Amino acid sequence: MTQDGYTTPDGRKIGSVVMEMKNITLRFGGVVAIKDISFDIREGEIRAIIGPNGAGKSSMLNVINGFYHPQEGEIWFHGARRAPMKPYEVAYQGIARTFQNIALFKGMSTLDNIMTGRLTHMKAGIVAQAIWKGAAEREETANREAVEKIIDFLEIQHIRKTPVGRLPYGLQKRVELARALAAEPKLLLLDEPMAGMNVEEKEDMSRFILDVNDEFGTTIALIEHDMGVVMDISDRVVVMDYGKKIGDGTPDEVRNNQEVIDAYLGVAHD
Amino acid sequence: MLYREAGDFKTSYAEDSQTFPIVIDRVGYYVVLAIAFGVIPFLINDYWANAVFVPLLIYAIATLGLNILTGYCGQVSLGTGGFMAVGAYACYKLMTAFPELNIFFCVLLAGGVTAGVGVLFGLPSLRIKGFYLAVATLAAQFFLVWMFNKVPWFYNYSASGQINAPERTLAGIVITGPHTEAWAKYLFCLVFVVLLAWLARNLTRGNFGRQWMAIRDMDIAAEIIGVNPLKAKLSAFAVSSFFIGIAGALFFAVYLGAAEVGEAFGIQKSFLILFMVIIGGLGSIFGSFAGAAFLVLMPVILKNVLVGMLGWQTDIAAHLEFVIVGALIVTFLILEPHGLAQLWRIIKEKLRLWPFPH
Ligand SMILES: Nc1ncnc2c1ncn2[C@@H]1O[C@H](COP(=O)(O)OP(=O)(O)OP(=O)(O)O)[C@@H](O)[C@H]1O
Ligand SMILES: [Mg+2]
Repeated sequence: MTQDGYTTPDGRKIGSVVMEMKNITLRFGGVVAIKDISFDIREGEIRAIIGPNGAGKSSMLNVINGFYHPQEGEIWFHGARRAPMKPYEVAYQGIARTFQNIALFKGMSTLDNIMTGRLTHMKAGIVAQAIWKGAAEREETANREAVEKIIDFLEIQHIRKTPVGRLPYGLQKRVELARALAAEPKLLLLDEPMAGMNVEEKEDMSRFILDVNDEFGTTIALIEHDMGVVMDISDRVVVMDYGKKIGDGTPDEVRNNQEVIDAYLGVAHD
Repeated sequence: MLYREAGDFKTSYAEDSQTFPIVIDRVGYYVVLAIAFGVIPFLINDYWANAVFVPLLIYAIATLGLNILTGYCGQVSLGTGGFMAVGAYACYKLMTAFPELNIFFCVLLAGGVTAGVGVLFGLPSLRIKGFYLAVATLAAQFFLVWMFNKVPWFYNYSASGQINAPERTLAGIVITGPHTEAWAKYLFCLVFVVLLAWLARNLTRGNFGRQWMAIRDMDIAAEIIGVNPLKAKLSAFAVSSFFIGIAGALFFAVYLGAAEVGEAFGIQKSFLILFMVIIGGLGSIFGSFAGAAFLVLMPVILKNVLVGMLGWQTDIAAHLEFVIVGALIVTFLILEPHGLAQLWRIIKEKLRLWPFPH
């Protein structure tokens, strides 16, 4: 691996470091959720974060999101140190995510949920919106076109107008991915995108994640419990246990790391 | 197949997001507008204006306003009466301080002043939610009523403590004061209703509306995808208060003509409008009209039936009216918690399939 990237076994070019976490420590009162963790995410990469329950994986995404503020450590994004930010400011920097427990807007249709994901691209002020004709309508139509592309891409045309509360679990997960993609993020964070899915749904979701990475060049960081999936789709893996980092490397390196085997893989299914 | 969308294809995204995507709805809307502007003004008399149409229109504006805040943005408010009072007193002060200012602009500016006050009282919503926010807005209600009672500047030091709407005209037609004709009151309010319903519709179908609903449905996820909670909540308070302020200004200047704050804009008003929102349907523009119509018409109909047809004494009928309206609200909420708007949607869905339900 060189300073400005590497080439994956399947021939994809991985670029320079986009996001770098330096010595992050996050505490909740007495609980240390993240203990002095450093790792980086490179441009175009699919980066997995794995670890047993309660290891601190979701907390790490929340730190990247600006939802939790670590007591110690630095976050570097696109080569600059990031000042503490509110979550919505982070969204404007091009970081989008999905949630471990689906966090869709239940009272809205699939289309409206995904359109909401476009809001960082919409500028019309409240007066233009109230008058609608002109700027606001043009902006709405342009963004609707972008959203329709994502709807086609994720094959959810048939549920466009359905209230999301009525959708089955697997489709809700897909709509949530669509909402995150609608932002056209530079960095996409996925918190257990395949949890609770059956084999077929998992295969679909894996394919979508690979396609997103391939077609839009989106950098992806994902948390996943299914080892088969992680080993299949990720380029590099961070392993966490009790808030500490115990491994970091390619799937093969991680698979053969004794500490990881002891702490995690040994107790997992395979 | 009385009601259908089949064969009604959309060829552009703009068409798909229009207000009435289904032809029959669109036709129905134009028919209602044509009757409201072209027929009713010629038939209306003082009784119909004062008992039904003018309060209906004004409450519809207030209900739209509260629905934007509570139904769309999920912020419960019990301060509606107080905000209507702000609109009323702002309108009064503008009318008396600037006698030359057109009444239309007085009402509009009164809405603007109320929007500012609404934003101020909306600030706590950044920290508190649900029940606690309701209590905070309740405090606003009591504070505002108290203030308009205690500070004589607001009622121009009049001995009675009341405010009286001076006569104002628009294009030579008397709009306020004792010499106003029924049709003029009605039309003046109708213009505001149509204008504001149109604004509400535009705001709720676009980016602002989606941000409000996102905050309502899941505020944490909303913030993480880029909704600035401060901007979303305060804009909802501003727009909502703008509507409610205009409703208050019209209620005082056009409908009542004279007002005493505690009586006209007390806590009962806050509850009445909240009932209208809930009965009509949270987060629905049609529902705002339906809810206002229901609670304005119900007592009128009951009174006509009990006193007019059954020959009951007026005072007994008046008391019973409360009981019956109350019982109706409770029954209704149990049967259809999503309000008249949802009932209407279900009927339309049935009609769409009728007479072949499979
Ligand atoms: N807001 C919070 N307040 C207090 N403790 C928290 C909070 N969020 C997380 N924690 C604690 O931090 C630790 C890490 O939690 P986290 O949700 O990050 O784990 P995880 O690796 O995502 O686990 P899982 O696989 O179950 O999703 C846990 O001990 C959890 O209880
Ligand atoms: Mg987690």
